[in-house]
Order: sequence, then structure tokens, then C-alpha cells
Amino acid sequence: MFNSIPILSLITFIPLFGALILGVIAKASGASGREQLDKNAPGVALVVSGVVLLLSFILTIDFNTASAGFQFIEELDWLGGGIKYRLGVDGISILFILLTAFLTPLCILASAKSIKSRMLEYMVAFLILETLIIGVFVSLDLILFYLFFEAVLIPMFIIIGVWGGKNRVYASYKFFLYTLLGSVLMLAAILWIYVYSGQQLGSPTTDMRVLMTELKIPGGAQTWLWLAFFASFAVKMPMWPVHTWLPDAHVEAPTAGSVILAGVLLKLGGYGFLRFSIPMFPNASLELAPIIFWMSVIAIIYTSLVAYRQNDIKKLIAYSSVAHMGFVTMGIFTFNMQGIQGGIYQMLSHGVISAALFFCVGVIYDRMHTREISFYGGLVKYMPVYAAFFMLFTMANVGLPGTSGFVGEILTMVGAYQVSPWIAAGAAIGMILSAMYALHLYREVIFGEQTNDKLDGIADMTKSEWIVLAPLAIMTIVLGVYPALITDITSVSVENLIADFATATGEK
Amino acid sequence: MLQTISLFAPQLLLAVTASLLLGFGVSKTGDRSIIVRYISVGLLVLFAFIGFILGQPIGEAFKGALHVDNYSHYVNMFLGLSAAAALMFSKSYFQTEKLDRYEYSILVLYAVLGMSIMVSANSLLSLYIGIELQSLALYVMAAFNRDSLRASEAGLKYFVLGAISSGLLLYGSSLIYGFTGSLEFDRIAEVVSAGATPGIIAGMVFLLCGLAFKISAAPFHMWTPDVYEGSPTPVTGFFSAAPKFAAMALIARLVVGPFGDVLAQWQQVIIALAIMSMFIGAIGGLAQSNIKRLMAYSSIANMGYALVPLAAGTAAGVKGMLIFMSIYVISVIGIFSCILQMRIRNGMVEKISDLAGLSKTNKSLAIILSMFLFSLMGIPPLLGFFGKWFAFAPAVGAGLTWLVVLALIASVIGAFYYLRLIKAMWFEEPENEFVEAPKTLRFLSGITVLMIFPLLMLPFIASSSQSLISLAAESLF
Repeated sequence: MFNSIPILSLITFIPLFGALILGVIAKASGASGREQLDKNAPGVALVVSGVVLLLSFILTIDFNTASAGFQFIEELDWLGGGIKYRLGVDGISILFILLTAFLTPLCILASAKSIKSRMLEYMVAFLILETLIIGVFVSLDLILFYLFFEAVLIPMFIIIGVWGGKNRVYASYKFFLYTLLGSVLMLAAILWIYVYSGQQLGSPTTDMRVLMTELKIPGGAQTWLWLAFFASFAVKMPMWPVHTWLPDAHVEAPTAGSVILAGVLLKLGGYGFLRFSIPMFPNASLELAPIIFWMSVIAIIYTSLVAYRQNDIKKLIAYSSVAHMGFVTMGIFTFNMQGIQGGIYQMLSHGVISAALFFCVGVIYDRMHTREISFYGGLVKYMPVYAAFFMLFTMANVGLPGTSGFVGEILTMVGAYQVSPWIAAGAAIGMILSAMYALHLYREVIFGEQTNDKLDGIADMTKSEWIVLAPLAIMTIVLGVYPALITDITSVSVENLIADFATATGEK
Repeated sequence: MLQTISLFAPQLLLAVTASLLLGFGVSKTGDRSIIVRYISVGLLVLFAFIGFILGQPIGEAFKGALHVDNYSHYVNMFLGLSAAAALMFSKSYFQTEKLDRYEYSILVLYAVLGMSIMVSANSLLSLYIGIELQSLALYVMAAFNRDSLRASEAGLKYFVLGAISSGLLLYGSSLIYGFTGSLEFDRIAEVVSAGATPGIIAGMVFLLCGLAFKISAAPFHMWTPDVYEGSPTPVTGFFSAAPKFAAMALIARLVVGPFGDVLAQWQQVIIALAIMSMFIGAIGGLAQSNIKRLMAYSSIANMGYALVPLAAGTAAGVKGMLIFMSIYVISVIGIFSCILQMRIRNGMVEKISDLAGLSKTNKSLAIILSMFLFSLMGIPPLLGFFGKWFAFAPAVGAGLTWLVVLALIASVIGAFYYLRLIKAMWFEEPENEFVEAPKTLRFLSGITVLMIFPLLMLPFIASSSQSLISLAAESLF
């Protein structure tokens, strides 16, 4: 259907185009039309991101789930020397595009009320962010991938720093420098691969398809390259012990910033492991997998305990994100069907659930302007609908059967059990701990005695908050009861990944 | 005859017209600065392209003193254009500071003449003549605001330290002359390839140290922050673009030309200079509160990055250096044209805190300046990233991966001080009222911002048109 239309380029660059239009209108209207513009900006951004959502939906329907290779491929000359503009999707990346396209309109909708200043710039930053994130998932060229991957820092830095909370400057620096340090090491590795591909294949290339299948990197070098990529992805993920930027960034970022950060940006790390670390450095992955397992288990248990001790709702959810990402890394590095499928599932479901939880925090933060857990209590009296939504997402976060959180966690644990029962046992302890902090949070905020008079008469959810949270609730339940929706799309690509991995490590 | 003239046409053009303009300025009374400036800008643009207009002549002039090739055509183009841009953006500054004298334009012309001799130098004599002609013009420009204490200090400091570097250069040249018996690069190359004696190597190291002064590579960077801070801002902008490119181009010509066969020797020197510059530039800038001092450290660090591909000693490395330097020059011109557009009530913007809240008072300027800064950080999709990519790939190809890793780590440290500027512009509340920018500057930064988007830079970096730079780099080998 899309042989003639470059649909991936469209999906990627429509948001950027929308941002440019917003910027041009702003320039043309001058200072006088400024107020009107701030009012209209969310509407324009919503339409733009809606178009992207529609297109990515069509893309997903048109996607051939029986084929393991990349589809909708586009190729254009770019920098020369084997570096081209290459786009394509497979079963692993396509759902992340859909997730991004799904969350962005919700973020825009939620921000329309809660952002007080510089609305226009905020919307421009968000649309640019959407382009960059989708770009990461559609890139089939190493340089193009790196370009999008690192460019994400610019809008995110601005979003945290301009619209963030009290400590925003510190948080934005920490976010920027932490992730930059990780990604320059990856850049060094990419440079090495580029040069090495020239020596081995005759002409240098950054085509990921060629690098994954044809390039054979010797063992010692694989370990170094793996570590360099790991530095970048582990920070993005984030894995313990390099997770410390995340709570700061989350707490200071505006609601929608946290949503996009937890919902999509953290997935860049997991996606990177699947896309690069396993296919390109299979032997190093196999060799270093035990380290990943232990780091994941420590992350799951340690950050769950840390989450329990938080006074700030957002910080608690941030730490719980780190714990959930621990399940993802654990699943991915089992190299079996359940583990990897579970890892992908967990990423997508966490994208929905954590986004929903951050929206929930945003709802009460917009009313009370505090995120102190002790400030709240007894909210159920005034906000029954909110309490119900929050309950659903809390349970999904714990991994209650029937919600999407359960599927991901059980799959990764089944995968891990085949590798080592001990790992699975550690992760299971983490699940119990997650129930502990999540229920604690729910009890303190929603139930309990109302200790604070300021909460008197706090209003329940508004219509626009309904519109934001309802789709997320539906997704949580649908994915919880019908996982095949996702696994059908990913399975062929994952099988292919595992088969390639088995041949590559078997050759050794 | 005509053939020979076309070889040194760029130099001839500048030498003759600069002298004529000087005569014109001396003989005429009244305000001559404006007309001399416009003529000079036109001449510099003509100078930039004259090599291409004449069909890129290749050969040796003045009995081998100058070697004209695609390399010199390419570098001359950037020297001419960046000097023209620097001259353009000096206008409003000098006018408001009541410093507008026609001699400034002529000094720029002479400086560029010196640089173009450096770029084509094919003997130690023409190398020295080129450097001195350039340097003397630059010393005067640094102290151009002669009533200002800081500017005089900058000029004096630059002069004294520059004299030391000239001393090193001359001592190195004398050693090389003594041990090879020739001043010409071709002859020196023959002797070196037959077997380099320690005397020649010592001479080469002295030469490189003298040149390292000119590109302000650490540990010869001491003068840079003071001179950058003390000089009038447009002069600082000029200093950080064209002279750096010319000296870097000369270093490349020197190391791969006469000393091409002792790669192992000069590679160590270049690597040491690169590492020290990258880290001193990155760390030294962290605590600066003055934008010009910060840009000084930024240029030290960037010279370090530019030396990385050169250390590879291959044609690809020289090409990487040329691409990196071209992009660096564009970024620096852009940043200074932004800084010069901002005037607060009591003078120029000099401190980082003066930028506070720029995104509210002048949003488009804040966006443009931020893009240049992100570009200097090397964040894609901005041009600076591609500069780093093309610079570092040849170094990795030559087995210097560890050096590239160090360079990238230094660039993360350096990112912090660029972020401070961006933070001031975007995250802080405005403190100052900015005065409306003059038209010439808006025009200039408009042009530069168009250049920063790699998409619009496609002709520059896309495969088909890298051939110009490849040709330039290969003509050295």
C-alpha cells in the first residue's frame, strides 16, 4: 500500500514540520498576537500529533507480521562514504513508534491546562521531541540513529530547565551531562565499527542490516564495543548504579515531560540492547549477560526499597520505573523467546502504566501544587473517580493479573527461570516489594484519614483529564487480557533475532 | 608569465590594493572608514574566490617559495570569507565605540595577505614572512582601542609572547637549515627521507612549538584568554577564526610535506598538544564568567580536536581537519555575530550573566545563539557533530581510538560551559534591556544560521561535494 509514499519519513517529520509552522506563525504575528497564539498552540500541536498517530496506526495495520525483515524501507544518499539515510521498521521497533505516537497527543492535552508560561515554545519543543524519538526507532543507519538518539537531549534539556520545578537547573544539567557522557562512548564505538567495516567488507558502511548480519567482529573488540554501547544504553535505561539522574529529572520535569521521559525515553535503552548489543556483539552479550542479570536483580530489589522510603510521589514512581526497567534488562539478556518477548512487552506496558501514573500525579499536583505524600490522605472522599483510576494503574504497576504489567513481568521471569532460578527468585522478591511501595503510596494518598484541611472540596477529574486517562486505562486492561495483540507482531522478528544469535554464538 | 601571475594572484591582489587603500586613506581627509571597509570586504570576497575564478592554477611561484595547489585555494576561500564577515560585523561596534578608523580594514587585509602566504608557504623563509606579516597586523589590531588599558595590555602581551614564538620558529628553522642545508620544503623532504638526524627533529619540534603558539594549543595557550578578553570584541571574533585556520593549515602542510617521513616523531608532538589543549580548554573554561574568556578556552579545546585527525598523518586526516576547521570557523563567526548584536545600556554584553533571560527579550537571537552553542558541543543534528565525525573517523582509522575517546570525554566536560550560556539565556529571568541590533549584524547572523543546519549544508558534506575538500587534502601528498 505504501510502496510509493515514504510513510516512515512522513511519520518522523510531520511533527517537526508542525513545529516549524508554529514557529513561523509566531514570528509573523509578533508580540501583539502572542496571547492568542499561546491559546491556539496546543490545538495545532494536537492536530499534528493526531495525524502522526493516525499514520502510525495505519502503518501498524499494514505491517506484515509474517516477515522477519525490515519493511517500508527508504534509502537516500546522505553523507557519502557508506553513510546513507536509511529508514525501516520491523516487529521490534514498530510498536515503539505507535507508543510514542499514542503518548504525545495525551501529553499535549494534559499540558494545555497545566503549563502556565510560554505555551508556544513548549508545544514546539514537544513536537520536535516526537520527531526525534520516532526517528530513533525508524533509523536503519547507525549515524542516523545516533543523530536522533543524541538530539533528544536538546528539547528535553529545555523542557526540564524552562518548565521544571524548583531544582530544575540542577536536574537538567545532570540529565544532559550524564546521558551525553554515555552516548559519546557509543559514538567512539560507532566510529570504530565504521572504520572496521571498511577494512573487513571492503567499503565502510553504517547500514545496520549489513552490520548485523555480515560484519564479524573479533571477540576482544566485541567486549569493548559492547561496553561502550552499554554505557550509553545503561544510562538511558537507566540501570543501577547509573540511575541517579532519573529521580531528579522526573521530579523537576513538568508532568508531560515526566510522561514522555518514563513512557518513551527510557525505552531507548532497551531498544538499543535489542537492536545493537545482541545482534552485533552476540558473543560479548552472552559473556557479559551474568553481570546484567545481577545488576538487574539489584536494581529491582534496591530501587524498590528506595521507592518505599520516598516522601515525594513522583520520586517514588521514578524509582519504581528503575525497578521495572530491571525486569526488561533481565528479560532481554536471557536470549530466549519468553525473556525477550517479555522484555518488549514490559517496556510497552510500562510505557502506558508509568505514563498514566505520572498523569495521575499531575492531576493532584495541578490542584494542590505539592507532591508530598504526607500532604495528602483521604482523597477518596472527594475524588472517587480519580481514586478508581489511580487504583487501576497502581495495581497494574504491581503486576496484578489482568493488567498489562502482569504479562511482562511473568514472561521475563519465565525467561529468567530457564537461565537461573536464583535470578527469577530475586526478581520475584522485587515483585513483592513493588506491591509494598505501591500499596503504601495508594493508602497514604487515597485512603486514610484526611489530615489536611486544604484538601476540603478538592474537585474530581475534569473532562480533559478523563480524555487523557481513559485511553491509558483501556490499553492497560486490553493488553492485560489479550497479550497476543503485541506478541503477534513481535514474535517473528524476535524468533529471527534469537536464531541469528544462536548461530553467531554457536560458531564460536 | 601570465601563468606565474595567476599563481600568486590572490597575494598580489591584496598586496597592491591594501597599499593603494592606505595611500587613499592617508591622502584624503574626512570620514574614510566606511568606504575603505566596503572596498575591503569586496576585495576579501574576491580574494576568496579568485583561485577558483582563475581555474585553480597549480604550481610553484617565486622560484619555489610559494606552492599553490587545491589546498591553498580551499583554505584561502575560508580565510577570505571569514575575514570579510569579521570586517562586516566590526562596523557597528567601532561606530558606537567611536573607534572607526580606516586603518582597521587595511590591517585586516594585510593580516589575510600574511595568512595566504603561510598557507602556500613552500620554504622556511616564506613561512616566516607570512607568519610575521600576519602577526604584526594582529598585534596592532589587539591594541586597536589604544585608549583602553585592557586593550593595550592585550596588545603588549600578544606581542611579547608572539615574539617568543617567533624566536622558537627562527631557532627551529636555523637548526633545520644547518642540518639539511636548505630552506626549501622539497629539499628538506629529500634529506629527511634519506635519514633524519636528531638535529632536524629538534628543529622540527621547535617549529611546531612556535606554530602551536599561533593556534593557541596548550601548553602555549597562555596568551589566549587575556588577549581575547582585552581586545575589542570584533577583533576577538576575527582572531578566533581566520588566523587559527591559517596556522592549522600551515602545520598540516609542514608535517605531511617536509616531515612526512618522520611521522612517528611529529605524531607524538601533535598528540601531546592535542591532549593538553582538549583538556585545558575544557577544564579551564568551566569557571569563567566572561564570555570572551570562555570563547578563548573553547578555541583552545577546539584546536585540540582539530589536531586529532592531523595526528593520523593521512590524506583522510587532513580532510577531516579541513572539514572540522571550516565548521569551527562558521560557528565562531556565528557566535560572535550574535554576541555583537547585543548591547545593554552600559556597553557590550561581556559577562555570562548579561545574557540572562535573552529568550524572553529577544527570542530569535537566543535560538540562533543556542544552536551555535549546541553545535560547538557537537550535539547532532547540528553541524558541529558532523565536524567531529569527519575529524575523528580518520583518527580511528589510523589506530588512534584511545585519542578519540579522550577527545570525546573532553567534549563532555566542555559541554558544561556552553550549557551555562544556554542556561542563562533560557532558564533565567531577564535583567537587562537590550538595545536594538544594527542591520548589518542581523544580516550576517541570518546567513550564518542558515549554514548551521546540516540539511542546508548538504552541498558541503554530501558525498558529491566533499570532492573539493578531498582534492584539497590530497594535494598535500
